Amino acid sequence: MSKYTEDDLKKELEDKEYEYGFYTDIESDTLPKGLNEGIIRAISKKKKEPEWMTEWRLESFRIWQKMEEPDWANVTYEKPDFQAISYYSAPKPKKELESLDEVDPELLKTFEKLGISIDEQKKLTGVAMDIVVDSVSVKTTFQETLKKHGIIFCPISEAIQNHPDLVKKYIGSIVPKTDNFYAALNSAVFTDGSFCYIPKGVKCPMELSTYFRINEGGTGQFERTLLIADEGAYVSYLEGCTAPQRDENQLHAAVVEIIVHDNAEIKYSTVQNWYPGNKEGKGGVYNFVTKRAIAHKNAKISWTQVETGSAVTWKYPSCVLKGDNSVGEFYSIAVTNNFQQADTGTKMIHIGKNSRSTIISKGVSAGKSQNSYRGLVRVNSSADNARNFSQCDSLLMGDQCGAHTFPYIEAKNNSAQIEHEATTSKIGEDQLFYCNQRGIDTEKAIALIVNGFSKEVLNKLPMEFAVEAQKLLEISLEGSVG
Amino acid sequence: MLQIKNLHAGIEGKEILRGINLEINPGEVHAIMGPNGSGKSTLSSVIAGNETYKVTEGDVILDGKSILDLSPDQRAHKGIFLSFQYPVEIPGVTTTNFIKTAINAKRKALGLDDFPAKEMLKMIREKADLLEMDRKFLSRSLNEGFSGGEKKRNEIFQMAMLEPKLSILDETDSGLDIDALKIVANGVNKLKSKDNATIVITHYQRLLDYIVPDFVHVLYNGKIIKSGGKELAFELEEKGYDWLK
Ligand SMILES: Nc1ncnc2c1ncn2[C@@H]1O[C@H](COP(=O)(O)OP(=O)(O)O)[C@@H](O)[C@H]1O
Ligand SMILES: [Mg+2]
Repeated sequence: MSKYTEDDLKKELEDKEYEYGFYTDIESDTLPKGLNEGIIRAISKKKKEPEWMTEWRLESFRIWQKMEEPDWANVTYEKPDFQAISYYSAPKPKKELESLDEVDPELLKTFEKLGISIDEQKKLTGVAMDIVVDSVSVKTTFQETLKKHGIIFCPISEAIQNHPDLVKKYIGSIVPKTDNFYAALNSAVFTDGSFCYIPKGVKCPMELSTYFRINEGGTGQFERTLLIADEGAYVSYLEGCTAPQRDENQLHAAVVEIIVHDNAEIKYSTVQNWYPGNKEGKGGVYNFVTKRAIAHKNAKISWTQVETGSAVTWKYPSCVLKGDNSVGEFYSIAVTNNFQQADTGTKMIHIGKNSRSTIISKGVSAGKSQNSYRGLVRVNSSADNARNFSQCDSLLMGDQCGAHTFPYIEAKNNSAQIEHEATTSKIGEDQLFYCNQRGIDTEKAIALIVNGFSKEVLNKLPMEFAVEAQKLLEISLEGSVG
Repeated sequence: MLQIKNLHAGIEGKEILRGINLEINPGEVHAIMGPNGSGKSTLSSVIAGNETYKVTEGDVILDGKSILDLSPDQRAHKGIFLSFQYPVEIPGVTTTNFIKTAINAKRKALGLDDFPAKEMLKMIREKADLLEMDRKFLSRSLNEGFSGGEKKRNEIFQMAMLEPKLSILDETDSGLDIDALKIVANGVNKLKSKDNATIVITHYQRLLDYIVPDFVHVLYNGKIIKSGGKELAFELEEKGYDWLK
């Protein structure tokens, strides 16, 4: 008989293999390992960057050298050896790519395995995709339509060459070089990422989407993303990633900067599924990300994230609500399994009058994983009538995992209204039996319960992305029944 | 259809069912009555395959084959349905989504394609109307914040959707006011056919005015101590259980 207890669940979750653990064999061109000024100059040169960019990188590097790796997060891991990382890896471009037919078939196969047929997505959903394999963009689609609206959506390396004024104006303006250890490192060595600029009054007619993927063994990936919505503009931006199975730890330290001008709105959605390591906790990606947005007058920024991967995650998409009546939202689902550790949350910095923020965080923990929510709500003295609502819910599977909530509140204005709610629950045997009795097997039942638990966040994702996110939630808790 | 033979079951070191024998044929309605703690819910859980309870002796046979080795979901696929005494809540999952998942899981197990969405919708409307349910309930999270009576009605709605061969209604009447009781009983009666069977577990004779049983069994201390026709229910109502002990 197949009695299914939490112990079985726990054991079976441990046996779960990383579904997307395959490795694409694309020729790449990799710089020698290690980090010094020479390497940084070489990266800058390979990217054909102007002098100011090279200098900006070098300055960042010097700042980084004086910094200490942070250790305040609720995670433990072996500190990366920064001299053992190769800071540049690019698929060798055979020639300029005009259409999908010209994309490396190996790569297309990889995307097919992921169920992300670019072709299909293009046709069915009108998603323009800027695919980043390792560090260099291979293909940019939908450029024509975007161009018609004056929208710039391209790899940041291209933007540095073609739109230097915009890049110079905004890069490092929200996340300065000095911000933190990993942001400084990223500023020194970033090799790619996306750049997006929506001009005044333009509503971007399609979802913009980028798929990132770590590919070359031992290559750290440092993306730099810069999104700007000019006054009254709107864009919904999607980013998703999966990584092939690797044995050594891979470092991923991205920086995302978002600028939302007066009356503009940006929705930023992420599905993150980097390799989480095997069931013994070996391997897996270290994901140390700095994401921050600034919202000016009447502007709105929404972060929605689905985090299922990485061995260690350290990520706090933040909103600086500078303008009066600005709005910040953070919707997050983080699933951890086996030995995964996630310390994630947000910061809402209220500066403008009547600024409002909402935080909905859902953590699902299984195996021996640790899942922490860390959130800061700060109301500055200038922020009259600021409001915040936070809700943090945790769902536990088995009794060897942990869920932790660290809410920090700093209110310097008496008119602030701040509400915080938190719940912790377990998937109950009675719930599983009830589902089973209706003919739903335990694996499906878990998926159903987890999806229900995460619904408020899933609902915030664009339709086509929500389906994929749901699939990822299921996969990351799959293998729970033999 | 269902044969229960000398069934002994319990939990760790405690025997709850102590030799139950019961035979149920297609088209029949059996009522099981008995005081609190006599093992009525345990019996329904064991038939449905809840493995909190260990079967130590005896057998449960459905259509000539033992089902003791089947998991609860496999038993459900064979047409066993349990209306829970205490239905659970599943936050964030609507009744519609839940029942759709259940129906398609069963169809998949039977080698059928998913039920077409349009037909599903039609059926949902029909069955909701049958039970005079406000359809708003169907888009709320399953049982979350439902009153006792609403939960019970929702159980019977699911039964109507799944069209089981053998339905076990565990104290479906508790929590229902008299009007709701009539509606639910009427729904159950409409779902009756010559091919399916129903076990009605109840404390009170009241429900049996509306769902009229062919047989009444008294369960006491893990054993069926008396069986009879529907008149037995009246007798119990009048005299209580003590005279049987
Ligand atoms: N999971 C359980 N753990 C411990 N005791 C149980 C459990 N389930 C049932 N029992 C015990 O078994 C007996 C029968 O319970 P139950 O089947 O719920 O009776 P009924 O439904 O007739 O009121 C009671 O003494 C009850 O306490
Ligand atoms: Mg009972």
